[in-house]
Amino acid sequence: MAFALSDERIKEFAEILSRYPNKMAACIPVLHLCQEANDNWVSDEVTEYVAEKLELSAAHVKGVATFYSLFNREKPGKHQVWVCRTLSCALRGSEGIISHCEKRLGIKMGDTTPDGKITLRTAECLAACGTAPAMQVNKEYHENLTPESVDAVLDKLLAD
Amino acid sequence: MLKRTDYLTKNYGKPDGWTLAAYEAGGGYRGVRKALMMSPGAVVEETKKAHIRGRGGAGFDCGMKWSFMPKPSDKPHYLVVNADEGEPGTFKDRTIMEQNPHALIEGCIIGCYAMGAHTCYIYVRDELHLSKERLWAAIEEAKAKGYLGQRPFGKTYEVNIFVHTGAGAYICGEETALLNSLEGKRGQPRLKPPFPAQSGAFGMPTTVNNVETLAIVPTVFQLGGDAFSKLSALHHLNDGGTRLFGVSGHVKKPGVYECAVGLTLRELIFDLGGGVLDDRPLLGVVPGGSSCPVHLPDEIVNIPGERFEAYNGKCILDIPLGVDTFRGAGSMLGTCCAIVMSDAVDPVLALQNLMHFYRDESCGQCTPCREGCGWLERVVNKIVAGEGTMAELDQFHEIATNITGSTICAFGDGAAQPALAFIRRYRKNFEDYINNGAATQTRSLSL
Ligand SMILES: Cc1cc2nc3c(=O)[nH]c(=O)nc-3n(C[C@H](O)[C@H](O)[C@H](O)COP(=O)(O)O)c2cc1C
Ligand code: SF4
Ligand code: FES
Repeated sequence: MAFALSDERIKEFAEILSRYPNKMAACIPVLHLCQEANDNWVSDEVTEYVAEKLELSAAHVKGVATFYSLFNREKPGKHQVWVCRTLSCALRGSEGIISHCEKRLGIKMGDTTPDGKITLRTAECLAACGTAPAMQVNKEYHENLTPESVDAVLDKLLAD
Repeated sequence: MLKRTDYLTKNYGKPDGWTLAAYEAGGGYRGVRKALMMSPGAVVEETKKAHIRGRGGAGFDCGMKWSFMPKPSDKPHYLVVNADEGEPGTFKDRTIMEQNPHALIEGCIIGCYAMGAHTCYIYVRDELHLSKERLWAAIEEAKAKGYLGQRPFGKTYEVNIFVHTGAGAYICGEETALLNSLEGKRGQPRLKPPFPAQSGAFGMPTTVNNVETLAIVPTVFQLGGDAFSKLSALHHLNDGGTRLFGVSGHVKKPGVYECAVGLTLRELIFDLGGGVLDDRPLLGVVPGGSSCPVHLPDEIVNIPGERFEAYNGKCILDIPLGVDTFRGAGSMLGTCCAIVMSDAVDPVLALQNLMHFYRDESCGQCTPCREGCGWLERVVNKIVAGEGTMAELDQFHEIATNITGSTICAFGDGAAQPALAFIRRYRKNFEDYINNGAATQTRSLSL
């Protein structure tokens, strides 16, 4: 089925367009809007839809969607977890947090649990270095992580 | 010189400290009222007197940058805020957006007025959802009060502010990549010239400023430019005022601390940061984000020039953190967010961690950067695996040197700088891996 936005999101789409002097500038915010409406990924139907709505070439929108790491080109798990691996977090034990997550979920970084609940990935510096180690879960940050606090977060996601 | 201040941080950690009511109770939105009584030209001049050196990393004078904007014409002018905060080790702008967003909004109104801009975009990296939420809420509050929109504070000068979101790319912190990204394109840096003041967002005159640079501007108008500048111990070097200092890694009290400019690394690490974890000796410190060179704790600096005489012959930990003092010492101040490593750290692994970052984040436009960053990571990986050779260590040096100065944007230098500094200062550790194999690895990264 071709991708289309709900009426409510169409309103948001129009509001986004009103912020900019041209349609192209809305490309990234609109891709975010569509990604959210499409189980958190940007399919070819989505890029075609965005291209049509913003009067851009499909190639342009695809080029944008592939450039940025937070546009998923494949459907991720229901919840997305990013554990920061960069230096300040590494100094505070992110390697241990990463292997703890992998063991707890039985998957490797970059993979999704077989039940489709969680996609686990590393992140580069999340601007939370002073409260390292840090991870992002969907739209929320969790900081000063310990194996116990990570378990509490993962348990909640797995139960959802 | 350790002098704590609280111009930006007084409401940090307070319940609802980010709201308009809390901001005004602390004296907020007074600076902009004063600025709007002045002519735009006078606002620029006052800002120059404050000597705010850009807080985004390059340290360019804010008022000076504003003065490069052409005179208002029928072309729209733009102010764009760089809230992409992605430099490893840097976490100060996020605290402003989450805990004191109105300071940024107020700074944006003053900046727009000074530069003939009516529209401001705040480009926030996508991950910072709470920052975006707090900024939108602050914009709504300010609009409801009539501080934004058609007639801010009763003045006929329309200002609108929008939050724009990135989508996960460190390179979009580079100002011209950020502008491409704002325009809905791939975030790849542009060749300069033309500079943004001539042709920036949508081909129009544009100034890109860091979050903290703009957020401190209201304080300048409350205190007066000269008085603000004189808060700094480096006022005589045109490096004025106060700024946010961050410290992370192996210290007891990591965090963001607001102080007068002129703080030393020793004060940041030991007085504010509470000292090294487990009271271990220091292995090294990266002064301001991962693109700066790493320093040994006992390095003596030699800064050429009469202006710097007072600092010559001192330990790097004891010279005031300033744009020119650190540049003079062959270092870089960057974002003033230091990364501290105790002697528990294996510096070879630390460099490996960083080289992965740069390989991952290169935008791929320039061959020396794209190929070079990949190559640097591969060589470090080989050395860590105990399979490196001395010839490759020399080659590593050569690759990093060849990236320097031969790329479209400063990312290339930002990758080469830590690479060169680590192998210069910890050469023996690298040689040990090469001579003794992976058995050398007795230390890790964390304690
Ligand atoms: C690779 C790279 C990444 C950068 N990232 C940021 C950033 O995240 N935030 C920022 O304010 N400046 C960043 N900068 C610096 C900007 O290009 C620009 O100098 C700055 O936003 C100007 O603002 P200021 O003069 O107020 O400091 C980066 C520069 C480079 C080369
Ligand atoms: S130096 Fe690197 S990041 Fe900058 S434009 Fe060239 S390839 Fe892109
Ligand atoms: S290094 Fe992990 S948040 Fe900065």
